[in-house]
Amino acid sequence: MKWLLIGIIVAATTVGEVLQAKGMRHHGEIRDFRPGALGRAASLLARNWMIVLSIGAMAVSFFAYLGLLTVAELSFAVPATAVTYVLETVLAKYVLQERVSGLRWAGASLVICGVALVSL
Amino acid sequence: MSTESARLRWKSWTCAAVVVTSNVSGNFFLKRGMPGDLPSALDYITVLFRPAVALGVVLLILWLASRMALLSWADLSYVLPVTSVGYVLVALAGRVLLHEQITPRRWAGIALIMSGVALVSAGTAPQTTSQVKAKAAGAGR
Repeated sequence: MKWLLIGIIVAATTVGEVLQAKGMRHHGEIRDFRPGALGRAASLLARNWMIVLSIGAMAVSFFAYLGLLTVAELSFAVPATAVTYVLETVLAKYVLQERVSGLRWAGASLVICGVALVSL
Repeated sequence: MSTESARLRWKSWTCAAVVVTSNVSGNFFLKRGMPGDLPSALDYITVLFRPAVALGVVLLILWLASRMALLSWADLSYVLPVTSVGYVLVALAGRVLLHEQITPRRWAGIALIMSGVALVSAGTAPQTTSQVKAKAAGAGR
C-alpha cells in the first residue's frame, strides 16, 4: 500500500509539475499583479488544457499524500517523494528544453542529498 | 548583469519567497488540523471543513498560484532547487517554535540544501529557454 501510494504520488507530481511549467511558459511572463489583471490571467489559464490537466494531476498527488501520511511516517514520506526532483530535472531538460547547466545539476544533487539527510 | 536579467532575478527571488512561506505555513496548518486517520473516502472531504485544515488549504492555493506565476517566466530546473529552501524553514521552525532538537545529521542536510539553493539562485539565470530562442534568432540574422 505504502509503495503503491508513493508510485502514484511520484507519477502524478512529475506529470503535474512538468505540465504546469509548460502551460505557464506557453502563457508567458505574468507582469501585472493587480487583482483585475490576475483575474483575467486566471480565466485564460482555466481554459488552458495543460494547466487544467496539471491541477488534476496535483490533486491526485495531494490526496495520495494525505493517504500516505496516515500509513507512513513523515520522515519516510518526504525523502521517498523527493525522487520527483530527479525525474523533473531530467524532464525539464528533455521535454521543456531548458538549458540545465552543470551548476544546476550540482545544485539539484546537493538539494536531494540534503532533503534525504534532513528527513531520514 | 544587464538590467533585464537583474529585474528577472529580483522578481524571481521575491516570488520564490512567497512560494516558500505559503507552502511551509500551509503544510503546518494542514498537519495541525489533520486527525490521526481517515477511515472512509468521505472523511477526505469532511476533514477540509476543520478550521486549521481550511486555512492550510487556502495557503496552499496561494502557494499554487504564486508557483504558477513564478513558472510563467522561470525554468522548472531553477524553481525546483530554489524553492526547496522550504525544507530548511521547516527544520528551523521546529527548533524555534517547538523547541525540537536539530541533530548534527540534520544540520548537515540543511547546509547541503542551502548550498544547492545558493548555487542555483546566485549562479544561474532564472530563464534559459527564451535566451536560446533569442540567440538562434540572432544567429539567423
